[in-house]
Amino acid sequence: MSAHPNHFAPLARLLHWLMALMVIAMLFIGAGMAASVSERHEWLINLHKPLGVAILLLVIVRIVVRLSTRQPPLPADLPGWQVLAAKASHLLLYALMLILPLLGWAMISAAGDPVMLSSSLQLPSIVPANAQLFAFLRKAHGYLAYLLFLTVLLHLAAALFHAWVRRDDVLDSMLRGKDRG
Amino acid sequence: MVDRSSPPTRPPLSAASLTLRLAGIAVVVAAVAGAFAYVNGTLDPQRLTPKKLINVLETNNGVHPGFRRNHSKGVCVIGHFQSSGEARAYSSAQVFNEPQTPVVGRFALPAGNPYAPDNSVPIRSLALRFTQANGQQWRTGMNSMPVFPVGTPEAFYQLQQAQSPDPATGKPNPGAVPAFFGAHPEAAPFLAWVKTAKPSASYVTETYNSVNAFYLVNATGQRQAVRWSMVPVAQDAPGATAPEGGDFLEKDLVQRMAAGPLRWQLNITLADPGDPVNDASKAWPAGRKVVNAGTLVLESTQAQLNGECRDINYDPLVLPAGIEGSDDPLLAARSAGYAKSYLRRTSEVSQLPAAKQESGQ
Repeated sequence: MSAHPNHFAPLARLLHWLMALMVIAMLFIGAGMAASVSERHEWLINLHKPLGVAILLLVIVRIVVRLSTRQPPLPADLPGWQVLAAKASHLLLYALMLILPLLGWAMISAAGDPVMLSSSLQLPSIVPANAQLFAFLRKAHGYLAYLLFLTVLLHLAAALFHAWVRRDDVLDSMLRGKDRG
Repeated sequence: MVDRSSPPTRPPLSAASLTLRLAGIAVVVAAVAGAFAYVNGTLDPQRLTPKKLINVLETNNGVHPGFRRNHSKGVCVIGHFQSSGEARAYSSAQVFNEPQTPVVGRFALPAGNPYAPDNSVPIRSLALRFTQANGQQWRTGMNSMPVFPVGTPEAFYQLQQAQSPDPATGKPNPGAVPAFFGAHPEAAPFLAWVKTAKPSASYVTETYNSVNAFYLVNATGQRQAVRWSMVPVAQDAPGATAPEGGDFLEKDLVQRMAAGPLRWQLNITLADPGDPVNDASKAWPAGRKVVNAGTLVLESTQAQLNGECRDINYDPLVLPAGIEGSDDPLLAARSAGYAKSYLRRTSEVSQLPAAKQESGQ
């Protein structure tokens, strides 16, 4: 079994848990700011933008790490449909983590707003100012964020199912680097 | 530890244990989903949201697809700002430091109906977008009144609700607005002003006030609370009364612009310590230091249906480095509400009258 590790690489595990925190924080920040007219709205939006860019940069690193390290295999006795669901949901998670920050960046650009990460740090616009394009991108950003939240919930439920019901090593392979003694 | 290729034979879970474990998973997932539903407002129906703010405007004014949900009737203007250099000591913003900054603005009526007659309200508004050479922008939405009727978004929402049609009669309850003002003594300065205010015959003769407070921040990081006003340089013969008809403001503007550029002076009023920075319903006492920051020069007009201002959201919190929002709660509410209005109207651009005509050609 030397061909396949039993655990994710340390860097992959670090990125997973760091980004898990960031993505969940980001989803709550986004939902909260869109439903608030208080000073919280402004405060959250000023967090949302730099955090989104940080996630975009990290997910690029993470895709490189994923493609250049070995992943532990899924349990051999896992039913076919669960194997398919695992692979599809992971692909979706990666895709959404990559697409959502880009959509956010593009929608601000399409509104003709300066893309400000702080009071003076500005990113270039990535699409031309266009009202109809803005409306499309803004809606896509919102709907896909809800899809990401649902996918994260599914991912969480599946991880707990592996740990508590199937009692296999799937959650463990992301939690620790050494086998349980 | 077992090899993955030969999974261990785990003792099967008893029915009770399996149920408990599945329930545990459900509880964890439900807790996260519930927290999310609270944060997004689903489980917090009392919270004032941008959606509620814009919905009440739509209830009161009707839905006019493609138009702004408030200040719906207006006209685009193009020009530039010439800095006097005098605000440089207070703000590091490029707009005060460079000789000239291009501006796209919009004059409007403060009503949610794009067909409202010009003499139906005594207030006019001017929104401006300054685009600095470094790409940062300063957007400001100003009004001809000196103070806002109320100091909080919640009170503004209640004031709009007081003007909503009663479902029973289809008309606003005539007692609701007086009752609202009876319960909101902070509106006294606004009511005193509006009593003497008359609909002006021109956009050009009006002074436009930021109403909300902001901070100027200079290169050394010093913060100074301010409000600003655009004061017309060439005053008209006073007492010009609004002519008959509902659409005189835009015609007047186009006529005057044809004769040459129109100018306003940007006056920045510096707060004294103790002046209310977080309450737009309160005026600052007279005698505050005023800095003449420069001159706004407006050179041409464009119809709002296809002019440059149409797709600009004049969010008062789009600010360059060197200008910051204050803790006035109306600022965040304007920012959040404008964003909702902007999303709705940009989704409806194809339904605008001009767009229909163009596509019909």
